[in-house]
Amino acid sequence: MVRFLNRSAGRLSRHRRGPLAGLVVMLLGLLMTGGLYAAFAPAQAGSAESDTALAAKGRQLFLVGCATCHGQNGEGVRTQDGNQIGPSLVGVGAAAVDFQVGTGRMPMAQPGQQAPQKTPVYSADEIAQLAAYVASLGPGPAIPDESQYSLAGLTAAEREAAIVRGGQIFLTNCTACHNFEGSGGAMPRGGYAPKIRGVEPKYIYEAMLTGPQAMDTFSNGNLPPAEKRDVIAYLQSLETQPAYGGFGLGGLGPVSEGLFAWLVGLGALVGFAVWIAAHTTRSEKKKVDAT
Amino acid sequence: MSIDMNKVATSNTTSAAIPRKPSKVGAVATWVDDRLGLATSMKKQIRKVFPDHWSFMLGEIALWSFVVLLLTGVFLTLWFTPSMGEVQYNGSYDQLRGIHMSEAYASSLKLSFDVRGGLLMRQMHHWSAMLFVAAMMIHLLRVFFTGAHRKPRELNWVIGCLLLLLGTLEGFTGYSLPDDLLSGTGIRAADGFMKSMPVVGTYMSFFLFGGEFPGEAIIPRLFTIHVLLIPGLLLALIAAHMLLLVYHKHTQWPGPGRTEQNVVGYPMLPVYAAKAGGFFFIVFGVTAMMGGLLSINPVWKFGPYDPTKVTAGSQPDWYMGWPDGALRIMPGIESHFWGHTLSWNVFLPIIVLPGLMFTILLLLPFIEAWVTGDKREHHLLQRPRNAPTRTATMVALMTFYGLMWAAGGNDIIAITLHLSINQITYFLRGAVFIGPVVAFLITRRWCISLQRHDEGVLLHGYETGIIMRSPEGGYTEKHLPISPARAYTMTARDREEVPVLETLETDENGVPKKRSPLAGLRYRIRTLMYADNIQKPTAEELEAAQHHAEHEHDLQAALDGHAADGHQFDGHHAVEGETLRGDH
Repeated sequence: MVRFLNRSAGRLSRHRRGPLAGLVVMLLGLLMTGGLYAAFAPAQAGSAESDTALAAKGRQLFLVGCATCHGQNGEGVRTQDGNQIGPSLVGVGAAAVDFQVGTGRMPMAQPGQQAPQKTPVYSADEIAQLAAYVASLGPGPAIPDESQYSLAGLTAAEREAAIVRGGQIFLTNCTACHNFEGSGGAMPRGGYAPKIRGVEPKYIYEAMLTGPQAMDTFSNGNLPPAEKRDVIAYLQSLETQPAYGGFGLGGLGPVSEGLFAWLVGLGALVGFAVWIAAHTTRSEKKKVDAT
Repeated sequence: MSIDMNKVATSNTTSAAIPRKPSKVGAVATWVDDRLGLATSMKKQIRKVFPDHWSFMLGEIALWSFVVLLLTGVFLTLWFTPSMGEVQYNGSYDQLRGIHMSEAYASSLKLSFDVRGGLLMRQMHHWSAMLFVAAMMIHLLRVFFTGAHRKPRELNWVIGCLLLLLGTLEGFTGYSLPDDLLSGTGIRAADGFMKSMPVVGTYMSFFLFGGEFPGEAIIPRLFTIHVLLIPGLLLALIAAHMLLLVYHKHTQWPGPGRTEQNVVGYPMLPVYAAKAGGFFFIVFGVTAMMGGLLSINPVWKFGPYDPTKVTAGSQPDWYMGWPDGALRIMPGIESHFWGHTLSWNVFLPIIVLPGLMFTILLLLPFIEAWVTGDKREHHLLQRPRNAPTRTATMVALMTFYGLMWAAGGNDIIAITLHLSINQITYFLRGAVFIGPVVAFLITRRWCISLQRHDEGVLLHGYETGIIMRSPEGGYTEKHLPISPARAYTMTARDREEVPVLETLETDENGVPKKRSPLAGLRYRIRTLMYADNIQKPTAEELEAAQHHAEHEHDLQAALDGHAADGHQFDGHHAVEGETLRGDH
């Protein structure tokens, strides 16, 4: 083995002073540098120009669908008495657009206490164009990458630890409005914290990042990306675990339990009481002839 | 002195009568009776007669639920650790592994995931607790609506009310034991309620928690109250409740052959033993079905209690829901005295109001007896319509309760019906006062209309649906008299004498003595209570009505023989074997 290596090394080194050696080494060096750059360089560097194109397309969409309330340059529109028709979008970032438009909350069908979730109006491509335009208005959070909210690549033990940690973060920060299993809760004057069971992880991440509507913003300084990922992992673990206790009654807590106790439980028992009292040893049993 | 049985005749006929050898069962019974002497009383008790009606079985639901609670509760105590000592969870539930929690919560998780059948028992225990209190409440409503709370059963009513109160407290202590997020939120709220009491509040809180909230004493203390103190009291009161039931004998609906002096029904053995025993298994079965199929109190999702956490949908179990509702809709009023705060917004709805409502409930039979001045015993029940003011009073109380209940679930109503929680609150602030009044008036008038209907049926008979045409071309519907049994049942009630204010004695100078103001009030209430009620017809009125019917019959008799097809069904002809529509 050693002999073989020595022999081949000897063969290579025999050419080291050949006329083409310098050229080959230089070409190899260039190839490696270029390859490494391509492998490690930030992805945006390559698509910088298409971002501008996207933003230009997005601006066209924005002027038609959004500008009425948010202003022609996303600066927001105020009424004479100082109320806001639509807030300024400078600095809200692509993540906010992806959340609001991707879940159908924007464009709003009508003004109200809260923009409800509905079928999205724009296609995925159009949402990307709008997001690119709004992101160009000022620096803001970008649309998260799947790697940011996925547990892929973690060991089983790390995943479990992440889920446990996420559960504690969820119970501390989210349940007060969204309920213990994400069934949602009431907010003042017709507002509500929506149900977050069955929501795509990307949108949960974006909601935490951008704090839509009445929700608090959990910025990355406040709740690091890894902890956002853990919260999402906990919510998903609730969805994948079996319903240990049986039918969950909407996951709303004691109110629906009380309703079931009265209507189903007591209703059945009173029905049985009527049935028992109707069947007894009778001296006369009149039968109604239906014919 | 022994008799040689072989020489005694076994019968009066040809062969002699000798007693048969006692059966094995008889021998055991004799053995027991020789030592306990229960045969005499048992002989009487197993022949005890109970009347039959579905509404008499509502209390039984509560009784059997209590048995289910005892059975499942004993199972739970075998694994539950009533301790607030901190442990690290290492059980089967992944999402909480490694978290620090109290031993109480850890053992609740263990019961749910690591004890065979533990979750089923936990869920059955909880459903059963809800059914227990619910059944007590509908039993209470049945008793009040039918007048079964009148003399001699007032004290049994009081015992029943205490059972309801204790059942509620028992439920609350049980809800608090697992030390999950909802439990802890509930105890924290209870701590606040106590502290809202002026002067004594903080002392009481420190006494209960053994220091500042939460301390380490509350779970063990609640455990002792939950498994020993209140169940003991419940058992004793249930025993007293049922002994009084046997002593008073069960009330019955009026009907032919049923009087204030007798009870018409079936004996305890075998009919009621079979029915009641069977009903126990039905209650057990329904509870087991609910425990197996419907999730209740999923403590693993709530997480361990931590004062820094809370969840949307934090509600008590339903029986504590109405004071919670009062708390939710109460405007935030506070007073400040010399550096002390008196929180009316907590104190009034959650301490004063439930106490007041419970006192009213407890006193209802006594208030009614005072107003009516009725000192007689009552064993025949009244239909709700025949006591319009009483029925309306209870419906008003129910309306109040129901609106408060709705207030207790205002957030759930808001999100499920897409309403504003503020608007619900504003509406209920008014509705809890207006609603009961409206319900009272509607119910009272409704009862009186039903009484009018009964009077019409008694005097003019029931509507047959047969339309008669007179020679002049007028149309009338034929009425036929109801059966004597039904007429008896409908008239088996007292005539309410609207009292005349007793004439006052005069003193030696001819000046009338002063009437006590209370007597005047009582007279006014009694007059209002009976006002507009329809009394049953007198014998003369019935006779006159009958006479009138016969007269009408005579008038219509002229039409006989000219009757159109089908008119032979007017009640005056034999229609045996005929069909109304001929052969087709």
